[in-house]
Amino acid sequence: MTYAVTDTMEADNMPDDSVSAAKPQHIIKICQIGDDNEKKTIISRLKDVEISVPIAYGTIAFHLGRKASESQSHKWTVYVRGATNEDIGVVIRRVVFQLHPSFNNPTRVIESAPFELSECGWGEFEIAISIFFHSDVCDKQLDLFHNLKLYPEDESGPHSNKKPVVVESFNEIVFPEPSEGFFARVQNHPAVIVPRLPAGFKLRSPVDNVIEKEKRHMKDHPFSQWFTKFSEADELLKLAAARQQVQAHIVKLKRQLSVMEGMPQPSNPANGNECT
Amino acid sequence: MDAKDILGLPKNQLPIAQEKKSRPQKETQRKPDGVSREVYALTGGLAPLMPSTDVSQLKKRPPSDEKITWQWLHFTNSARKDNLHLYHWVRVVNGVPPTGDYSFAKYNKSVDVVKYTNEEYEKYLTDPMWTKEETDQLFDLCERFDLRFIVIADRFPSSRTVEELKDRYYSVSRAILIARAPSPGDVSVHPLVKEPYNVSQETERKRALSMVLSQTKQQERKDAEVLAEAKRIAEARMAARAAEEHVLPVASQMGLESSQKAVVHGDTVSPSVNVQLPSIAFAPSTSVMADSASTLASLRMLMTDWKNFQLRVYLRTYALEQMVQAVSSSAGLRTIKRVEQTLQDLGVNLKPKVPTKAVCAEHLELRKEILTLLNLQKQLQYKEAEGSSYREGSYIDMPGTPKRSLRGENQDRTFVPDTMSFGGDRVVKRDQKRKGPGRLSEAPSSPAHKRPRKLKASDM
Repeated sequence: MTYAVTDTMEADNMPDDSVSAAKPQHIIKICQIGDDNEKKTIISRLKDVEISVPIAYGTIAFHLGRKASESQSHKWTVYVRGATNEDIGVVIRRVVFQLHPSFNNPTRVIESAPFELSECGWGEFEIAISIFFHSDVCDKQLDLFHNLKLYPEDESGPHSNKKPVVVESFNEIVFPEPSEGFFARVQNHPAVIVPRLPAGFKLRSPVDNVIEKEKRHMKDHPFSQWFTKFSEADELLKLAAARQQVQAHIVKLKRQLSVMEGMPQPSNPANGNECT
Repeated sequence: MDAKDILGLPKNQLPIAQEKKSRPQKETQRKPDGVSREVYALTGGLAPLMPSTDVSQLKKRPPSDEKITWQWLHFTNSARKDNLHLYHWVRVVNGVPPTGDYSFAKYNKSVDVVKYTNEEYEKYLTDPMWTKEETDQLFDLCERFDLRFIVIADRFPSSRTVEELKDRYYSVSRAILIARAPSPGDVSVHPLVKEPYNVSQETERKRALSMVLSQTKQQERKDAEVLAEAKRIAEARMAARAAEEHVLPVASQMGLESSQKAVVHGDTVSPSVNVQLPSIAFAPSTSVMADSASTLASLRMLMTDWKNFQLRVYLRTYALEQMVQAVSSSAGLRTIKRVEQTLQDLGVNLKPKVPTKAVCAEHLELRKEILTLLNLQKQLQYKEAEGSSYREGSYIDMPGTPKRSLRGENQDRTFVPDTMSFGGDRVVKRDQKRKGPGRLSEAPSSPAHKRPRKLKASDM
């Protein structure tokens, strides 16, 4: 892939933002030559612009209770969903779940939202999840791994088929240099985090108003009651508290060091061990 | 079958094994009918690619009305000039021997080497570099050896290169052709006239060819790389030129130059970094940067500018891992473990549960601050160790002091525990290790040992 930086566009009136500095932002467009299929197409990408899609992926497993047999004790579902249960089909084209080889056709392809797969089984194994994006988003796939968990941590009570075993992971898919088309398409979509561009910036392709024919989000999903609500606030608070503590210690130590340096220095021959 | 079931082996044989079994069976079945089995087996059990004779011909018997005898007869060969009489077996049909020339005579081909007369030589063919004798010798050899110039060059009495000989021969032939032709138009189609032999080009070509053939593998690889770079640069220039039409030409010239510089820089760096992970090659530069802004910028560089590892998509956790690795690259394994221990003691997950952009940034900053903290602790320990060893006047006065005081310092350093309430279980281990060598100064070191501890206790 070859590309060249060609253009810097300046925003004339930059709204005074508390977040960004007052100087005009340069959005550089990179024109990339796509080498695929022998056709050289020029894709214009936005440099220093990052689009991220928060997702949650994992498994939910129900014990079958009385209907359970040796080979089929649980019914489980593996899925990839938007972290806020919005429709991620706008970014993701299809998801491929690679199951244990003991399953029939262990490579399962899900072509549309909701990107989930249900199966019955008895064993726990690692599921490989490959996410494929739309052509204007990214032509490389993204691979994730998740361990299917059927049995809860505490094996104390009898297997209840009411409460499932849910294991979810949160992550964000980041697109560092999105194409203009992609940006225009998703800039108002709830599932996608898109940075604000300077006011005077003009996108080449017109913004499509996504007509939601079918609601493909997971808000009304039968499992939605068990989905974890991932909130960054908790973690941020914890991190902020930790940082404060560490910073306080640093201040104390610095004070101590300066006090020590104020003390008369010994003319010790072995003084050369000062670390910097 | 049951045994296989018990062992858990697949009931069906593997497809490859099946193929092997069926193939040898097929081959013996396909033995052709006209040939006996042993004879066919001589060929290795496989039919020849192109059968020389039709199989049906093998079983055919000559028609019964013909009477075949074989006779030892004399024959002549038109390819020979010496009238040598030889004999061979001849298939005679009904008493009539076959007619016609010796069957191999038609393969006696030769080259038509031009023959010039002396007058022609005088008129057209004189050359300062060549005497008539040499030219005659050359032509004689050419005829004898059918224009095999390597042999001719070898046999030529005076040493001349193959190119020189070729040049002389072709120019003479050309001159003669043109001279003898009734009109120039007739001969212009002749290949000799149309494309004359070019000595310098030929020598150059052969030299280049030998150079290419004698290149080492490394050189070949380098050449391939250089060509690839050149192609990329050329394409980038083309892209820039094409893109100019689409976009307003605001400072486009500057953009072009900087892009070319960036492309070249990226290209020259990339071959050396071919197989390495970007973070490893990246580490030396990040250890210099201290700001969060610069590390963000460096992460962007990591993710976008490296041509070999240009990531169009990545997970936030992956980015965080790379950044953590970059930041911790200057620290040893022990320090990294201490950082992780500190994080745990502070109640922070080693890998954030909700890795959003903000959370990851905070996490990274926290790690960096912990590193700073640990470094400060170490500094403090060293300072105190120096200070405390000075205070111990007694063992400074003993003979052989400098070494011992050094050792004492070392001991002090190791005996001082980690200052924070969280962490520091390695103290015990170090104690035990150091007891060996420093036994003499064990007693004096304990007061020093106590004092740093006191200081630390007051911190809490």
